[in-house]
Amino acid sequence: MAEERRPKPCSVILPTESMKAIAESMGVGQLQEESCVALSEEVSYRIKEIAQDALKFMHHGKRRKLMTSDIDYALKLKNVEPLYGFQSQEFIPFRFASGGGRELHFYEEKEVDLSDIINTPLPRVPLDVSLKAHWLSIEGVQPAIPENPPPISKEQQKTESTEPLKAVKPGQEEEGPIQGKGQGAANAENKGKEKCVVRMKARSTHELSVEQQLYYKEITEACVGSCEAKRAEALQSIATDPGLYQMLPRFSTFISEGVRVNVVQNNLALLIYLMRMVKALMDNPTLYLEKYLHELIPAVVTCIVSKQLCLRPDMDNHWALRDFAARLMAQSCKTFSTTNNNIQSRITKTFTKSLLDEKTQWTTRYGCIAGLAELGPDVIKTLIIPRLSVEGSRIKAVSEGPVVSNIDKIGADHVQSLLLKHCASVIAKTRPLPDNSDQYRTDYGYLGPMLCSHVVKARAQAALQAQQVNRTTLTITQPRPTLTLSQGGVSGVSGPRTPNIIKVPSSLTLPVQTLVSARPVTPTQPSPPATKYIVMSTSAAAATTQQVITLSSARSTSPITSPAPSSASTMQPLVKLEHGGASAGAAATGAGGSRPVQKYIVVSLPSAASETKGASLTSPLPASSGPAPVLDSSSKTDRSDSPGASGH
Amino acid sequence: MRGNETLLDFRTSKFVLRISRDSYQLLKRHLQERQNNQIWNIIQEHLYIDIFDGMPRSKSQIDSMSGSLAGEAKREANKAKVFYGLLKEPEIEVPLDDEDEEAENEEGKPKKKKPKKDSMGSKSKKQDPNAPQQNRIPLPELKDSDKLDKIMYMKEATKRIRLGPDNLPSICFYTFLNAYQGLTAVDITDDSSLIAGGFADSTVRVWSVTPRKLRAVKSATDLSLIDKESEDVLERIMDEKTASESKILYGHNGPVYGISFSPDRNYLLSCSEDGTVRLWSLQTFTCLVCYKGHNYPVWDVQFSPHGYYFTSGGHDRVARLWATDHYQPLRMFAGHLADITCTRFHPNSNYLATGSADRTVRLWDILNGNCNRIFTGHKGPIHSLAFSPNGKFLASGATDGRVLLWDIGRGLMIEELNGHTDTIYALKFSRDGEILASGSMDNTVRLWDAVKAFDDIETDDFTAATGHVHLSENSLELQLGTYTSKSTPVIHLHFTRRNLLLAAGGCYSPF
Repeated sequence: MAEERRPKPCSVILPTESMKAIAESMGVGQLQEESCVALSEEVSYRIKEIAQDALKFMHHGKRRKLMTSDIDYALKLKNVEPLYGFQSQEFIPFRFASGGGRELHFYEEKEVDLSDIINTPLPRVPLDVSLKAHWLSIEGVQPAIPENPPPISKEQQKTESTEPLKAVKPGQEEEGPIQGKGQGAANAENKGKEKCVVRMKARSTHELSVEQQLYYKEITEACVGSCEAKRAEALQSIATDPGLYQMLPRFSTFISEGVRVNVVQNNLALLIYLMRMVKALMDNPTLYLEKYLHELIPAVVTCIVSKQLCLRPDMDNHWALRDFAARLMAQSCKTFSTTNNNIQSRITKTFTKSLLDEKTQWTTRYGCIAGLAELGPDVIKTLIIPRLSVEGSRIKAVSEGPVVSNIDKIGADHVQSLLLKHCASVIAKTRPLPDNSDQYRTDYGYLGPMLCSHVVKARAQAALQAQQVNRTTLTITQPRPTLTLSQGGVSGVSGPRTPNIIKVPSSLTLPVQTLVSARPVTPTQPSPPATKYIVMSTSAAAATTQQVITLSSARSTSPITSPAPSSASTMQPLVKLEHGGASAGAAATGAGGSRPVQKYIVVSLPSAASETKGASLTSPLPASSGPAPVLDSSSKTDRSDSPGASGH
Repeated sequence: MRGNETLLDFRTSKFVLRISRDSYQLLKRHLQERQNNQIWNIIQEHLYIDIFDGMPRSKSQIDSMSGSLAGEAKREANKAKVFYGLLKEPEIEVPLDDEDEEAENEEGKPKKKKPKKDSMGSKSKKQDPNAPQQNRIPLPELKDSDKLDKIMYMKEATKRIRLGPDNLPSICFYTFLNAYQGLTAVDITDDSSLIAGGFADSTVRVWSVTPRKLRAVKSATDLSLIDKESEDVLERIMDEKTASESKILYGHNGPVYGISFSPDRNYLLSCSEDGTVRLWSLQTFTCLVCYKGHNYPVWDVQFSPHGYYFTSGGHDRVARLWATDHYQPLRMFAGHLADITCTRFHPNSNYLATGSADRTVRLWDILNGNCNRIFTGHKGPIHSLAFSPNGKFLASGATDGRVLLWDIGRGLMIEELNGHTDTIYALKFSRDGEILASGSMDNTVRLWDAVKAFDDIETDDFTAATGHVHLSENSLELQLGTYTSKSTPVIHLHFTRRNLLLAAGGCYSPF
């Protein structure tokens, strides 16, 4: 450990060009090479010295990260005036940009609209320091309470269940046995991580303390009890409590036995409660259920396909339970299916088999289709859509033929709406236009015309959504609207980047309202680590010019390729239009990830002047791009790796 | 580079190397044969070669001792006698002590009384040959309140849990929530009733962890109205209106890097980046004295276990001994080659241990200011020190994540405890010295078997004779437990009088 962390001897010295650049910025024109070398050595030494002192302050501040204040204190030690105004909210305030074969780190200064600051409500007063006590260990055993880390991490539970042999390999016994000393073997599982890997016996025992037994009793009673508030609380506890690992086998047996009994008794409510427990267990981030799937999956599948789940099949809404359980099934397939256990294929096989069976009841049929449909569009496409005509005729027989029984009719109705719901979205994506009702009838039989109308609806909705997606992406990917002046309203807002394809409108002028009226904003999150600062152009006019345009501030004297800041104006934006390889028309309609894009790469150096970036950028812009407002509204800043910019 | 003190140290002082006589002669012969006069000159000029007789050391032995800025400590440096024994406990009559206990459990009475008398008697009758003279360092007289406290201490001590590998302590973790200001120092009073935290925003906050709230004394005008003869005068002088669970002490203008409670819980010391040490009254919750002397940041401050004296060390490489009633230091201990990062008093108040960024631990005699021990072996700045309760041993922890154990009397390294992965900020022996607890930046508290670690050395005569270290191959055997907190670095550890381990740290997400 100590050896690894020991700093490597380094002899990094600042390049002499930097010295020249700094001298230039100070007004010293000609600096001799020798003095540059001497200066850079001296400066490098001083910087290292200050960094070393700053490290001391970090250590004594009991932190792992160096902060700007540490540097300030280190400067104070040397009787140097600290740097004022360099407090930063972020760890590293620098942005990185590359382009034209150069890489730059620059200090980003965003434009702040004062009226916005004034109008924003005051932030909440930060909470005062308070003291909280908890038990880290009780007589050598770490209790499983939320304050402590989970006794066995999820990854470990995973490796345990998926690679059971690995645990006993002699090479694995790193420091395990030593840690276990002094504690009873029964308690061993509560403790350190490595131990569990080594002690085979400990893994199979799940001894519960008295408290845990009480907890188990309370929770199971609340889960199936009559008080809904209590149940919500209990489920919340199951979904969040980190110390449940010990109780998992009990819970899983409870659920599987509960389902077994209640299916026979047709107790729909209890079945729903038990499924909600499964859901809660799955939601718990500290649990890995793999080892208990053999109990849980049959229970869940039962709730999906059982012939009868309730006492009055014509009245009760057991369909909702089937849907819910099907979703659970799909979720566990997604999480736990590996090449070893083949959960998904086994489940699919089970569903398909009973779906193909002629004698299957409507309830089971519904469950099979729901279970398959939840597994994703691919499954729907390959397994359900080919069956549409068969199912259609079956439904037809019930709905149009002589009335057999009310229950069958309800069942057929539900299967029909389920099929329409799931298939329509898939067909809408896969089937080419146009949607012809007759064509559908020949393809899909009885359900064809209904399907057709559903598909039309789905298409319309998809188009609407695409438009919305487009809008949101525009705003979301603009956490720092440095270019667009009209976007003060969304400054500082950053949300999770939607993985949607950015569809760039072909129109040159995008209404400003769409930019400002952002979708209800997701809670502000720390901005993603930005590596790029790319302005993508959608302007058709600009796109036709495929040469590389480099723009620089008119007053700038130094050549653009030099990293040195210009002496006159410290602001030097370089706008480069990169050749995207295709015309803007393609870009407008393109929907694939590899959509070629026209990119403006804006590289800006720290600006001290009050000059706004937008203004300085627009003034020297070629006429082809049009006046400033047009550029503002049509260009987007994109700091995250959007699919279109992935080439960079 | 002329201004750099470290470089100056390298230029002016010699790097110490310890070589066995045989090796030295081989080296000499080799250089002479090859006519390498230049190298010989360099050796003469910049190295101090400390020759010892006997077998050359193995590589691991050399590695374990190296790491300091100025080479290993010379053999002579650790020759001086250190009175590491404990002082005689003042005789206190414990008359009332047993009464209520007798009432409580009559059966346990005869059993309980006996061992107590024995332990008391052995301490008071036999004078430890290694102990310093009782009045070697003038210590403050015990006040009535101190005696009461001692009695309380004895009472608690009888209820103390015997710890051992099979009987690990419970750990109670105090988390400072919402410590956006950056928690930089924590201290807990000996009786575990108060916790103080120093913060990067230059405040010191004191909490009461017992139901008793913190109250300040009434103002002078109000005090004059009180009947001084009344029974409950101590209760009457307190201002009930000021009662609260925590108090904030404002005064510093830089991060507070060290705090220490006085043993009688009436005072609190704090030191800060602003170069001052402040003495606060816990009666009025105001600053009493501002000790100026360090012109640079003061990294650590600690009260003597007997009160009155305190010590501080900082960036100026000088440790200072102060008395609370003198605004100038009584002693200055100069010798470290880099910042003094932590200071600790020996349990008998006659010695002072300092850990430094030059990777050495030094033990200073308070009487004459001499440096009696230099311990080398750490590979990084030392951030924590702890004396064993019997005064014989010292534990030190550094940024390299290792804990080293030292025998003070013989000046030897005893053990190296590997396990932590980050800086160790807290070390503490249990009240009876069976267990060493270490807390680190890696969010763990680890417990080590101190008895076993010290047992080996007592029987091993060979090591004592040659001064060589024999480190056991696997120090993990000494590790008794690891307890991980979620994301809270452990920066203070404290054993209550009943051997419950208290740990403290600040939880702050962004930094």
